[in-house]
Amino acid sequence: MTNSCKCNHGGGGCSSGGGGGGSDSMNRRSFLRKSAIVASGVAAIAASLAPLRDLASFGSVDDFVQKHYKELSPEEMAKVLARITKEVEQQYKVRPHVRDLKPMDGVEFVYALNLTRCIGCRRCVHACVAENNQSRSPEIQYIRVLKMPNGTFDMEKGDHNYAPESVPEKGFFYMPVQCHQCKNPPCVKVCPVNATWQEPDGITVIDYNWCIGCRYCEAACPYWARRFNFTKPSIPKDKINPDMSYLGNRPRPQGVVEKCHFCLQRTRAGRYPACLEVCPTGARKFGNILDPNSEISYILKNKRVFVLKEEVGTLPRFFYYFDV
Amino acid sequence: MKPIKNYLHFLARCGATALDGDWRYFAWVGLLFAICLLGLNAYTKQLVHGLIVTNMSDQVSWGVYIANFTFLVGVAAAAVMLVIPVYIYRNQELHDLVIFGELLAIAAILMCLGFVTVDLGRPDRFWHLIPGIGKFNFPGSMLSWDVIVLNGYLILNLHICGYLLYRRYQNKKPAWWAYMPFVFVGILWAVSIHTVTAFLYVGLGGRPFWNSAIVGPRFLASAFTAGPALIILALQVIRWVTDYRVSDRALLTLRSIVQVAMLINVFLLLNELFKEFYTGNLHVASAKYLYFGLHGHNALVPWIWTAIAFNLTAMVLLVLPASRSLKWLDVACVLAILGIWIEKGMGLVVPGFVPTPLGEVVEYSPSLNETLICLGIWAFGLLCYTVLLRVAVPILKGRLDGSSETLRPTLATNA
Repeated sequence: MTNSCKCNHGGGGCSSGGGGGGSDSMNRRSFLRKSAIVASGVAAIAASLAPLRDLASFGSVDDFVQKHYKELSPEEMAKVLARITKEVEQQYKVRPHVRDLKPMDGVEFVYALNLTRCIGCRRCVHACVAENNQSRSPEIQYIRVLKMPNGTFDMEKGDHNYAPESVPEKGFFYMPVQCHQCKNPPCVKVCPVNATWQEPDGITVIDYNWCIGCRYCEAACPYWARRFNFTKPSIPKDKINPDMSYLGNRPRPQGVVEKCHFCLQRTRAGRYPACLEVCPTGARKFGNILDPNSEISYILKNKRVFVLKEEVGTLPRFFYYFDV
Repeated sequence: MKPIKNYLHFLARCGATALDGDWRYFAWVGLLFAICLLGLNAYTKQLVHGLIVTNMSDQVSWGVYIANFTFLVGVAAAAVMLVIPVYIYRNQELHDLVIFGELLAIAAILMCLGFVTVDLGRPDRFWHLIPGIGKFNFPGSMLSWDVIVLNGYLILNLHICGYLLYRRYQNKKPAWWAYMPFVFVGILWAVSIHTVTAFLYVGLGGRPFWNSAIVGPRFLASAFTAGPALIILALQVIRWVTDYRVSDRALLTLRSIVQVAMLINVFLLLNELFKEFYTGNLHVASAKYLYFGLHGHNALVPWIWTAIAFNLTAMVLLVLPASRSLKWLDVACVLAILGIWIEKGMGLVVPGFVPTPLGEVVEYSPSLNETLICLGIWAFGLLCYTVLLRVAVPILKGRLDGSSETLRPTLATNA
């Protein structure tokens, strides 16, 4: 048998010898059959991939190869910010001011919430959504307010979906919960790719361009503070807040995790978080714990403050207290 | 160059063998392939629209993907239950069957990798997980440990199976140093893959249902029940559709493994139930949700009682002499596999999220698209196992070897 045949199986190469012979035609038939199997298999795979024609949810090549936040040089960061500016402009027809605001020296942020004053109006919830460019459909909220019956801290007894004519209601107190910016954050520990970390000013941030969307941090958080973009966020064009920061409130892509970051685009520029500014009762207090003369230092020293779930050892930077 | 050429030739012949078979083979492979494509089609929809096509939520942020992943890590780990008797206790009956167990481990790990991949919101960024190129949070994150142990286990088993089969193909005796060290490392490694997967859950202090020392031992006990049970069934299929002889005695050796593992599994379950319900503190909420329902929500209740009924029936059957007959042994194996699949999958993953850390009760059951993706991955795993066996059996039987160019005819394909 010779292997020098010149058979014309385009690209398939030749597996059998030329000439007549029963075994040769068997070989040829079997080869043709195998080619047909492989070809129809490939065609079927191609057909089943059809929905990919609508694939627009993933980013550009620059986005794909982008390095981790901590490894970007200032020049590279400038390029990234320019790219994000362009993307936001294209999508929302608004020219944003995207910065990479760094933590300030000698500052560690702490939050305190006065449960005596909170009336459960949820203005903080909505101010947060507006400030931080959260998806409106489906709506993502960083703050969850629980309506708790007096006399218990068992959160299973709390009502998440209360909707009375007016608040507050007698016999209840209201407890807003958001990211506690823990000093010992389980979410940071479990992230397999270091996409989330604690900054020197105490804020736990997320690099939305590095997160792989495994949601392990969501499972790890004892305060249910993290949210996942189950689909492409949608924000009406006229609702965009153009004052943006890379680790803060710039629009997020589909498939990544986000959460409260103490409005770092505001607080790192010397302003208060949006939830605090909107609060009608002054229940929310925020400031620099490293400054002994700050209001927050006074509260922590003089009020009977406590943290949620102290037993899990997360050391929150978010405190609660009662006035009376 | 010649060894490389020979090896490539070996691979080519394996490929050709995989594309060869009778109509039953093609019908089976064709069916699995079609289900794979259904799953692939469903996955492309998920890629386009996001995980919103699943029924997962911020409240229940892991679902049936991670449930199947957890179960299959156990199946993969169970290959050692064939390896230990053979290489440590010199059991000759199981000797040649080890390779079938390890091929099953390969297929199971491939399915595991599939299930984690489809669970990712950004699979395009998988390279962030590659040590050296990405930014790997090791040793901090248990998930990074899992990436290492699962891929390591895959490589170990690919090497052991590939090496033994290639030597058989060449009609040469395997050199002990080229595989025995890996076999022993593999035994420890198998325990590690399931322990690390358990630690993924155990390490979360904010989830009392998972944050319990018994989860790891229970994982191993249930894996060493369901895994060998699956191998018992697989071996019977192998001897039914191929000319490979598997003795009844080998199956009965595996039966005693499943028997002991199931007794330990049920004992550990009782330990957990006692701790949860006798203490009666607030942390019992998840267990209460799972077994009895919570505040009128009880989606998992029928499932978990089915699982318990299956496990207990399987245990009784396995202990009784009746299961020395293959018919009853098979019934026990099927019940044990289904029971553990429910209990280790949905029964472990979902209650961990219910109620949420803020006390909210949101239920979960998989969507159609999610289910199709799961079926696709299972079909893919079965397809891999079928093809691996399609190649391995002729090599082990000496019909596919380096000395002849054609596949020697099968003597009998059916018993």
